Amino acid sequence: MARSRHVLLSLALAATLTARAASADDLKDLYFGEAIFEAAQGRYFEALERLDAELAQHRRVDEPERDTLHYHLATAEFDVGDFELDYRMHHRAGRAIKAVLEANVDDVIRNEAAFRLARIHFQKDQPEEALQALERIHGKVPDAIRDDLEFLRANVYSALGRPADAVPVLKKLQAAQNLKGFAAYNLGIALLQAGHSPEALQQLDQAGQVASRDPATAAIRDKSNMVLGRMMLESARFDRAQQSFDRVRLDGPYSNQALLSAGWADASAGNYERALVPWRILIDRDTTDSAVQEARLALPFAYGKLNVYGRAALLYGQALDSFGGELEKVNTSIRSIREGTFLKALVREEIHQDNNWVVRLRMLPDAPETFYLTSLMASHDFQTALHNYLDLEDLHRKLVTWQGSFDAFDDLIRLRRANYEPLLPEVDAQFRELDSQMKLRVEQRDQLRKRLQDILTAPRPELLATADERIALERIRHVEKAIAGVSEEQRAELQERVQHLKGVLIWTLRTEYPQRLTQAHKDLRELQRHIDVLTAQYESFVRTRQAAVHSYVGYDAPISRLRTHVGSALEQVDMLEARQGALIETVAINELKARAERLEAYQSQARYAVADSYDRATKAQAEAAGAPQ
Amino acid sequence: MSRAILVVLLCLVAGVFAPARAEDTYRQQMKGLDEQVQEVKSDVLSIAAELNQLQERLLYPSDSHLAVFVALSKGETLRLDAVQIRIDGQPAANYIYSFKELEALQKGGVQRIYTGNIATGEHAIEISLNGKLANGKDYTYSQQFAFTKAVAPKLMGVTLAGPDSGQPAIQIGNW
Repeated sequence: MARSRHVLLSLALAATLTARAASADDLKDLYFGEAIFEAAQGRYFEALERLDAELAQHRRVDEPERDTLHYHLATAEFDVGDFELDYRMHHRAGRAIKAVLEANVDDVIRNEAAFRLARIHFQKDQPEEALQALERIHGKVPDAIRDDLEFLRANVYSALGRPADAVPVLKKLQAAQNLKGFAAYNLGIALLQAGHSPEALQQLDQAGQVASRDPATAAIRDKSNMVLGRMMLESARFDRAQQSFDRVRLDGPYSNQALLSAGWADASAGNYERALVPWRILIDRDTTDSAVQEARLALPFAYGKLNVYGRAALLYGQALDSFGGELEKVNTSIRSIREGTFLKALVREEIHQDNNWVVRLRMLPDAPETFYLTSLMASHDFQTALHNYLDLEDLHRKLVTWQGSFDAFDDLIRLRRANYEPLLPEVDAQFRELDSQMKLRVEQRDQLRKRLQDILTAPRPELLATADERIALERIRHVEKAIAGVSEEQRAELQERVQHLKGVLIWTLRTEYPQRLTQAHKDLRELQRHIDVLTAQYESFVRTRQAAVHSYVGYDAPISRLRTHVGSALEQVDMLEARQGALIETVAINELKARAERLEAYQSQARYAVADSYDRATKAQAEAAGAPQ
Repeated sequence: MSRAILVVLLCLVAGVFAPARAEDTYRQQMKGLDEQVQEVKSDVLSIAAELNQLQERLLYPSDSHLAVFVALSKGETLRLDAVQIRIDGQPAANYIYSFKELEALQKGGVQRIYTGNIATGEHAIEISLNGKLANGKDYTYSQQFAFTKAVAPKLMGVTLAGPDSGQPAIQIGNW
């Protein structure tokens, strides 16, 4: 009983926690957004894969404040813990949250981390550790978790057997909207455990009347009424018991138990006629439900008490047939589980499309074993086992796919090597030739630039002469040398003409010098543009050349290492899947055997009762016939 | 109260307050297995991380890597049905959204719709969306954008919005 309450409290707590959501407009890191996208679809492995990689990369960068994840870091650290929890990796989630706790963070973040850590411990049945985590909370608590935190604290006290400490905490939470029903029910239970029975009954009565259309709140309201009704029944306050059972919804998870109990409340008060009403409703419901099966015996029992033995005998007979049919179904289910059908049904893709997949298992054709396992499958431990089995199956599929992809990678690398390796020597030879030409041109550009730079400080117009002018100047120098060898009368005249020509050239060079200098700088800039294009092409070539080599070199070691890791992980997963599957099957078979034993007990009871009823009916008939007119 | 009533009542009580039958015997075994399952999950996640890096290096080298991500604008009520993407006139992605995926986008999730390789330089991307507005009318919109692929990997975020939001129907952002 304690365990079931504990699980209920965990579920209640989980139900009240609000999910945090980002939006595209605030998002700075696309990979973080991608992790949210995966997590929102329940694909926690993929979400963790993305977020782990993003966080690892963020920790590696030299200037983390310039990384896009920096804007979401606090949320991402918590989200990774949440995703790990959702993926049922409590150990890792705990470690991640402890890391936040031990970091130098402000009160709000530290307290939220402590709350989350406490929640993990509580969910893992570790209330002492949960309390230790809660005791680390000091200072400002985020408003969004304030009520949930106190609710958790109360639950931890209750789990530690300190209901008296839980009571004042829960009393303060009675107005909390997100805990409506849960805080009221838990307060009732805590008061009961603390020995304040009258107050507890009053509280459970209030919890049983909480108005809400929320399915979770309605379920806890039904639960409150069931507990209160049972207590009233035990203390022989049948009217009060009846009132509580009547409040339970007719379509909720407790409706069958409530109808059965309502009948017993009437029967216990000796009002067998009234007891017939709920039991008649009940026997037309799902025959696999234990309350329905019990009602099949209870209804003729009430008719017997009303001395309607014929009807009682008839109903006992129907019950006997029904139990026989159900027993056959249970035995078929046991056989089916032993043949492995149950595990095959579990891994069917179509049943995992929504959160009610456990319930939907009942509707699966060719899986009779699921009919009798709904309540077992709803239990926390069994669900964890089922989820683990499904997770292992998912990991198995992933690992098998990865194993196949290694062969594809090998092919890809082989083809790339075969394509590039023969081409590269020739490409490299051509490149070396072009590279030397390019270096030469770059050197020439550098010389020109230097010369122009020098001219700025010490003008030398002759350096800006055109090709024709340079030829003319050269010829003048030749003529000047040649003049030295002619007669004196001719020399003076020739020298005058040469000087004239030289003067014209120098005049042109000097007067046009500023324009020529400007033009030379323009030409140099133009040359630079061409060299820039050339350099970009050069770099692009170098990158492409490197990329070609990198496309097939350096993969052998990591692929080989990964292949080994995947192989051993697959072995481990298969081994665990087999063990988990076997355990699930054993527990399911045990559950079915228990149900079979109960059905057999019912069968014996019905067999005896049918005979007894016929006897009584016959006796009553005889008595009626022999009675004086 | 008769013995029969008492027997049935005991059954009832056992039914309401969670049974503690054979299940408890196997609880410890399940717990032990759970620990091992957590360990193997951790191992497989590490393998996935290493494999992803290898795959990215092998299939999408950084100098040609282009990834396109799709997000919905904040508070968007458009029921997105499909998105088509063409790069330089060639079909690159054509995605039809399930209800779960649409919900994930509305919760702030970002979907990587395309990963591929593209040469450095100038390119064009055309994004088309189909959906239904809050009033039930069909909505279709298409727009083309020019973009430059440099040497570094290009991550392109596409934020979609319906006509009632007051936001541009398609916004492109670089990350």
